[in-house]
Amino acid sequence: MTVTEDYIDASGGDWDDVIEKAQGTSAERLVVNMGPQHPSTHGVLRLILTLDGETCTEARVAIGYLHTGIEKNMEYRTWTQGTTFVTRMDYLTPLFNETAYCLAVEKLLDITDRVPERASVIRVLLMELNRMASHFVAMATFGMELGATTVMTNGFREREMILDIFELVTGLRMNHAYVRPGGVAQDLPPGAVGKVRELLKEMPKRIQTMRKLLDENPVYLARTKDVAYLNLPGCMALGVTGPLVRASGLAWDLRKAKPYCGYEDYEFDVPVSDGGDVYARYRVRIAEMEESLRIIEQCLDKLQPGPVMIEDAKIGWPAKLALGPDGMGNSPDHIAHIMSGSMEALIHHFKLVTEGFRVPAGQAYAAVESAKGELGCYAVSDGGTRPYRVHFRDPSFTHLQAVAAMCEGGTVADVIAAVASIDPVMGGVDR
Amino acid sequence: MSNENERDEAAENLPDQLGRERLAAPVRRTGMFGARTSGDTSGFGGLLVRGSAPVRSERPFTDPDDPRTADFDRVADDLETALTAIGREAEVERVEVDRGEITFHVRREALLELVRVLRDDPALRYELCTGVVGVHYLEDIGRELHAVYHFRSITHNSEIRVETTCPDADPRIPSIVSAYPTNDWHEREAWDFFGIVFDGHPALTRIQMPDDWHGHPQRKDYPLGGIPVEYRGATVPPPDERRSYT
Repeated sequence: MTVTEDYIDASGGDWDDVIEKAQGTSAERLVVNMGPQHPSTHGVLRLILTLDGETCTEARVAIGYLHTGIEKNMEYRTWTQGTTFVTRMDYLTPLFNETAYCLAVEKLLDITDRVPERASVIRVLLMELNRMASHFVAMATFGMELGATTVMTNGFREREMILDIFELVTGLRMNHAYVRPGGVAQDLPPGAVGKVRELLKEMPKRIQTMRKLLDENPVYLARTKDVAYLNLPGCMALGVTGPLVRASGLAWDLRKAKPYCGYEDYEFDVPVSDGGDVYARYRVRIAEMEESLRIIEQCLDKLQPGPVMIEDAKIGWPAKLALGPDGMGNSPDHIAHIMSGSMEALIHHFKLVTEGFRVPAGQAYAAVESAKGELGCYAVSDGGTRPYRVHFRDPSFTHLQAVAAMCEGGTVADVIAAVASIDPVMGGVDR
Repeated sequence: MSNENERDEAAENLPDQLGRERLAAPVRRTGMFGARTSGDTSGFGGLLVRGSAPVRSERPFTDPDDPRTADFDRVADDLETALTAIGREAEVERVEVDRGEITFHVRREALLELVRVLRDDPALRYELCTGVVGVHYLEDIGRELHAVYHFRSITHNSEIRVETTCPDADPRIPSIVSAYPTNDWHEREAWDFFGIVFDGHPALTRIQMPDDWHGHPQRKDYPLGGIPVEYRGATVPPPDERRSYT
């Protein structure tokens, strides 16, 4: 702890010492560390705030506490193994990460048009479910930070309904590695469509409950209206996309502007608000969830029987997964085929699984509209079986730069609201 | 279409030139089966696999059969007009159209002027930059470090890529933070992981790695690290030391 005539640096140490020393000086400004261990920082985000009384005069953001070297690690695995890494980046939007990555790989392979229709529909279905799950967490954690624990418990309860579907379809609640280059890992299991239909019936009521809790809530309005304002030029300069830019009045959505996975065939609206504040971002998010429900309904109508992996023996895994007595594994038919039927099939299986497929040299950028904004994947291949370089443009990483613009001049309590309205996930920010 | 066919035929009649281009391309792989010791008796040990020569696309950039390329000719024309107006048209080394994406390879000296044109010219209006990506091409001698920028125009719903390079010996590229403030953190990331110095950046410090870290981890000459894992008597080496099939 440092005490100067100008400011008191309270970035560590005992608060009793800070107070004692502060009483002996005329300095007005206090520099405090918020995080990296703080429940309101959405993980290990560190904010260095300069406070003048209750006013935050300077906000600096420090990241890197959750850097796991995913991009570097991917350079040492096959293209297919990459999905298990990317799904762990922004752990609240795993299916967006996987899809962005797979779209980039498919672009490199030039097989975008050959991905089966059913696989694309399943991708859209899961992405929209994921968007709702992510928005629920955004609202739930923000509610908790304001002390509204009902919002928190409700939000997590609703999200659990979606995670149950994920668990049924992919086997896991998160870290799915379900979307693969060329399609998806396996078809929807029996009962999945019924479960989605149940959700479609129940979810509108749950969203309505959330709206009743928050839309007109005077405490919520007081904490969010005109707080952390960012206008459209500010958004553009800082590269802000997603619900934040739509809350500043621009109907920019990659699903409409640059459709992928067949989004051009779905009917949905892009919710916009021109408030530019925390409340507007909430309104955009909750309206987006209602639009997601519309898309999910259309997905169910579009689901036609068919393959879910590209029909290319050099890319799509020949193995079909099946549920055995000891859990999920390669189907007995396939094992029988490669072990006692066809030597060539065994070689193909072995080569594809251990060595992977080659991707023609070149570079590609694919972007999806994730729950948080533009999630871009830039992939470079040198013609080998492993990525030469993969980079992710994570929306949370870009958006955190806007913290200073949103917070400086406001009260310290509004810093919490500002960060929560960005909805950053440090797994994605640091990768 | 007939013109295109003629040009394709003409190109095919130049095997000598194409061969020389390929021989100038960097070596991507040697040998086969990943064997580095005398264990490889296949005779492929001396094999050199070269990468493809840099692609230089010629006009027209728009392929009528590929809707993704629809506005490439317009963008290229508008950019050329705007650059000619400031006398910088020669700074675009080559244009590459590949997989429905257009890349302008530009000399680093002109990068800042180019992106200002991209942002301000009414015909271009690339309002959004989605950041810079560093790539380390170890074998691209004299141009080892590449900085790749993606720009998005919301007005024209268009997307382009700008690529610039610098040698390892002089890893300097002008910062474009003054034109696109969003690149602040992205440039810090590229510095942190690749050691590219962005001249003019307001505070170029490490962003992901600790401040006292040595080296730039995502460079190709920086090892992945890791420790062997032992399980029931067998040892699995770390990923970068495992047998590679490429």
